[in-house]
Amino acid sequence: MPAPKTATPTANEPRDAKTAPGRVMDGAHMVVQALVDQGVEVIFGYPGGAVLPIYDALFEDERIRHVLVRHEQGATHAAEGYARSSGRPGVVLVTSGPGATNAVTGLTDALMDSIPLVCLTGQVATHLIGSDAFQECDTVGITRPCTKHNYLVKDVNDLARVIHEAFYVATSGRPGPVVVDIPKDIQFQQGPYTGPSQVRHRTYRPRVKGDYARIQEAVELMAHAKRPIFYTGGGVINSGPAASQLLRELVRLTGFPVTSTLMGLGAYPAHDPQWLGMLGMHGTYEANMAMHDCDVMINIGARFDDRVTGKLDEFSPGSKKIHVDIDPSSINKNVHADVPIVGDVAHVLEDMVRIWKARNAHPDKAAMASWWGAIEGWRGRKSLAFKNSSTIIKPQYAVQRLYELTKDRDVYITTEVGQHQMWAAQHYHFEEPNRWMTSGGLGTMGYGLPAAVGVQMAHPKSLVIDIAGEASVLMTMQEMSTAVQHDLPIKIFILNNEYMGMVRQWQQLLHGGRYSHSYTASLPDFVKLAEAYGCVGLRAKTPDELDGKILEMIETDKPVIFDCLVDKHENCYPMIPSGRAHNEMILGDAEDQPGVTEEGKMLV
Amino acid sequence: MPPLVKDAKIERHTLSVLVDNEAGVLARVIALFSARGYNIESLTVAEVDQAVHTSRITVVTTGTAMMIEQIKAQLDRLVPVHKVVDLTVEHDAVEREMALVKVAGTGEKRVEAMRLSDIFRARVIDTTHTSFIFEISGAPSKLDKFIDLMRPLGLVDVSRTGVVAIARGPEGM
Repeated sequence: MPAPKTATPTANEPRDAKTAPGRVMDGAHMVVQALVDQGVEVIFGYPGGAVLPIYDALFEDERIRHVLVRHEQGATHAAEGYARSSGRPGVVLVTSGPGATNAVTGLTDALMDSIPLVCLTGQVATHLIGSDAFQECDTVGITRPCTKHNYLVKDVNDLARVIHEAFYVATSGRPGPVVVDIPKDIQFQQGPYTGPSQVRHRTYRPRVKGDYARIQEAVELMAHAKRPIFYTGGGVINSGPAASQLLRELVRLTGFPVTSTLMGLGAYPAHDPQWLGMLGMHGTYEANMAMHDCDVMINIGARFDDRVTGKLDEFSPGSKKIHVDIDPSSINKNVHADVPIVGDVAHVLEDMVRIWKARNAHPDKAAMASWWGAIEGWRGRKSLAFKNSSTIIKPQYAVQRLYELTKDRDVYITTEVGQHQMWAAQHYHFEEPNRWMTSGGLGTMGYGLPAAVGVQMAHPKSLVIDIAGEASVLMTMQEMSTAVQHDLPIKIFILNNEYMGMVRQWQQLLHGGRYSHSYTASLPDFVKLAEAYGCVGLRAKTPDELDGKILEMIETDKPVIFDCLVDKHENCYPMIPSGRAHNEMILGDAEDQPGVTEEGKMLV
Repeated sequence: MPPLVKDAKIERHTLSVLVDNEAGVLARVIALFSARGYNIESLTVAEVDQAVHTSRITVVTTGTAMMIEQIKAQLDRLVPVHKVVDLTVEHDAVEREMALVKVAGTGEKRVEAMRLSDIFRARVIDTTHTSFIFEISGAPSKLDKFIDLMRPLGLVDVSRTGVVAIARGPEGM
């Protein structure tokens, strides 16, 4: 796989030299100028009354490409896909009232998954604020809990500074979404423009360098470990490509096994023998067993999420835990850290590698051999295995074939949320960071299609595939129209089982097989739907026609909706039932499976 | 949120939070407490430096030691927050609160209220033939005690400021 595209070095650097700060302009042009100076090339948006002046300033402006979405939620997810795949902040422009409220789901998604977004919202004129004016809502009030920070700009003289600050806050420290609410009268008023290099935030300076003594302590612990494991997360991806490289170096130096959360897939190459696969609720047997039995856990940029830990008081009971996180509030939130290190992953890993080398550390050979022996035993359980069929397409098989037929290409994968997402995480393998875009924390059905739009905008020549479920994808299906309008040849690969599969699976396991409202009767004909949108529809019904159809999809130079009819009753295994510990997994083929406890039923 | 250590002791802490005095900053702090299920026993806020527009929030909260750590980390993560100090743990601090207490009554009860106010060093700041308003300041427990004593003597209204606190010694926050 080719190296991922990263932001060109100039992209994030201020360009105020060309713009003569201090020039007087109206608020709307200030917005556009600020975006240009921040290196923004693409924005995702939807016009409306309260942003008309900004749209007027964008009219025929060649410097910024605007992607017109069909719903503001689509704009936010597209911006997330753009950000996650390029390492640059995603930018959204929406109007007041419903424009802003429709963006809330995507903002929350970005907050949970630490994706840098700047969302500009129009607002009614300042003298109308609080009067229940048409399309007025309390945008900063509504978005306060779902953004990293937000602003209401009440003076045009603050506007440019606030936008530059918004970019700084969104991309510094733990990244996240920032909203800038701009009343319409401010967009018309004249004021002096402030360039990015003149702006310095008063208070916000997240710590990137880890405490050196703590890092030494961590390396000491690692050097004496007998059953160590690296548990890596989205923080490695967020820290940039250098962090992934350093992780690879450290993992190879130490010889330790490595697993990752859903958000961290791709930071460590999946073909490598030290890779144990994903951990957590639908992670591999070997990853979860190794987490349970380890004596030293090195958490790099992950947050002990409940999908990962399972039952908290039985989580990895015998281990010392090292926790590297840029957000001090992640540390000791769910799980006590013995060696907490606050800092940026790349910075901390760099120090770890240096100290490990300087110390000339050699872990106990016999202990490591026996640890790897245990891991090989768990691996031998082949927890991702499934019973294939010659007549019906198994969803796992569909993902496997998709992987085999696309792995040598320059490919980016997005997903929706549910069974298909877990099968994609299990059976599609990633070698590079920024290639995998999925909604982890919030679990937003409808994320994948608009995210694919954003990814394709960032990588016009690459193959971008949304591995989807038929229920999820219908939540944002209208964005196919966006893809067609902007010539974005995204591929929507639907594992169609006619059920909300994960809901159905839980109803089977927890609610006595009472499939309450999880079956979608009268689904659209996805092939005809594709044609209605002006793109290409394909359908595969049997395993023998699957490869041919996938190849046809890849070769099609237009957006494609691929309706892959899969086994309707397949469950996603392995699985840690809610309220159970890592060593109590249900495997697909096991006879005596641990059920869900009464306590576990309360959990999600 | 569940305490990490089962049966951990619930502690009461006074936190001092220095913030930019910008629109919505108090809402951010309060929303954080309600969204994450933390307790607020009292909260006071006022601008303390007009030149640089900083405000100081004093919040009294309860929770396990780990929850208090988490509250501090979450507060510190808010963008307009300059500094969070736990005055209960990191410093020897003085805490004071003020209350205005309205008591109505005549005859013996009125005399007794006046006598008690003297013992508590409360000041009378308004009076009619049938009522007093006392101003009293001190540790919250002292205020509690005074208000309790006023109850049978015709307590009508109480308005309390909430706790303000500052670390002892020459160092600033």
